[in-house]
Amino acid sequence: MSAFWTLLKRDLLLQVREGGAVGTALGFYLVVVTMMPLGLGPDLNLLSRIAPGVLWIALLLSALLSLPRIFEADDEDGSLEVIATGDLPLELATAAKALAHWISTGIPLALLAPVLGLLLNLELSAYPVLVATMLAGTPAISFLGAVGAALTLRVRRGGLLLALLVLPLYIPTLIFGIAAISAATGGPSGFQASFLILSAISLFSLVIGPVAAAAAIRFQTQ
Amino acid sequence: MRLAIEHLVVDRGARRIVDGLSFAVVAGDALVLVGPNGAGKTTVIRTVAGLIGAAGGTIALEGGDADKELPAQAHYIGHLNALKPSLTVEENLRFWADYLGAGAAASIDEALAAFDLEPLASIPAGYLSAGQKRRACLARLIATPRPLWLLDEPTVSLDAASVRLLAECVAQHLAGGGLVLAATHIPLGLARERRLELSAARSAAA
Repeated sequence: MSAFWTLLKRDLLLQVREGGAVGTALGFYLVVVTMMPLGLGPDLNLLSRIAPGVLWIALLLSALLSLPRIFEADDEDGSLEVIATGDLPLELATAAKALAHWISTGIPLALLAPVLGLLLNLELSAYPVLVATMLAGTPAISFLGAVGAALTLRVRRGGLLLALLVLPLYIPTLIFGIAAISAATGGPSGFQASFLILSAISLFSLVIGPVAAAAAIRFQTQ
Repeated sequence: MRLAIEHLVVDRGARRIVDGLSFAVVAGDALVLVGPNGAGKTTVIRTVAGLIGAAGGTIALEGGDADKELPAQAHYIGHLNALKPSLTVEENLRFWADYLGAGAAASIDEALAAFDLEPLASIPAGYLSAGQKRRACLARLIATPRPLWLLDEPTVSLDAASVRLLAECVAQHLAGGGLVLAATHIPLGLARERRLELSAARSAAA
């Protein structure tokens, strides 16, 4: 198990040293959300009604930008092949890399969301719920995204293909994430049910994602 | 300890690259694969490392650790160096030693000394020359003790002095009962070195 933490620590250290990916994702998130009120006009009621949806969709797109980096650098410099000869099963190695992606990208994006909520006149009561649902929902983004990143690893300019593969898988997370927020701000559905399903999707992807990503990597590096 | 390969068959797409290859490497022995480009040297080494699935035949490390898969008892040195440019040479080595499960047996200082890397230990790997990067990659062999070394063109971009350092390390590994399976064009000058000639690529599999 120490190999798991070693790999996780190295990936986080590389994120700190090389930066880039996190900054790009956060910057993209900021720009997309900022453009919404400019495009839709200053109707505060409209903005606060669509705010949860805008924040979630923009978060998914921002996270998508950083997905290829999960495995790409390790594949290019040969590290992935050496990782495959370690004692650690490849399934756990991909889990460590997806977890590193969640910590370095998912959590910062989730924490930036309430700040961007100010731009969209999001109701004050929705802020704690917004952060809670995003923290519960973003692991699914990293772990399902890792599958897409592994599948498109050796595909030249695979970014667009990655989006086509992965975005449909994010739909359940999107639906229940938004349902949970709108429930907390007086919507029709119950908050608890949506939040629990959202968490269940994340737990499900935590189990399925690494196994599928490892299978895809084995196939790609043949 | 003995690496036994029997009737190995490996396909790449529709092409049969290795057809019924059998050989054995015993402890203290080095086997060098030779042959023209495309003869399947890299394919054989990658198959033993578990990176390519074999279409037939068996690969076994007799007398090895029964709890571990063969790839987990082998060092694979491929064409790429597996170094992170933003980590220093020492950090790169320490990561691989920790990840590959050296535990308390990790000998980073010894590995740095073996490939004359001490002056470079605290320099990020991205600033090194091609030969220095190769030496930093090879130092992984010493940092984590593993019985089987799979070396695919280990001498690429090394100067004559560095090739001698590598030959010394290989000789020491063999003297300690290790096994080496290598593909190289530059003779390593080992006392006990067997050569296995692989013929040129065969026609498409029927």
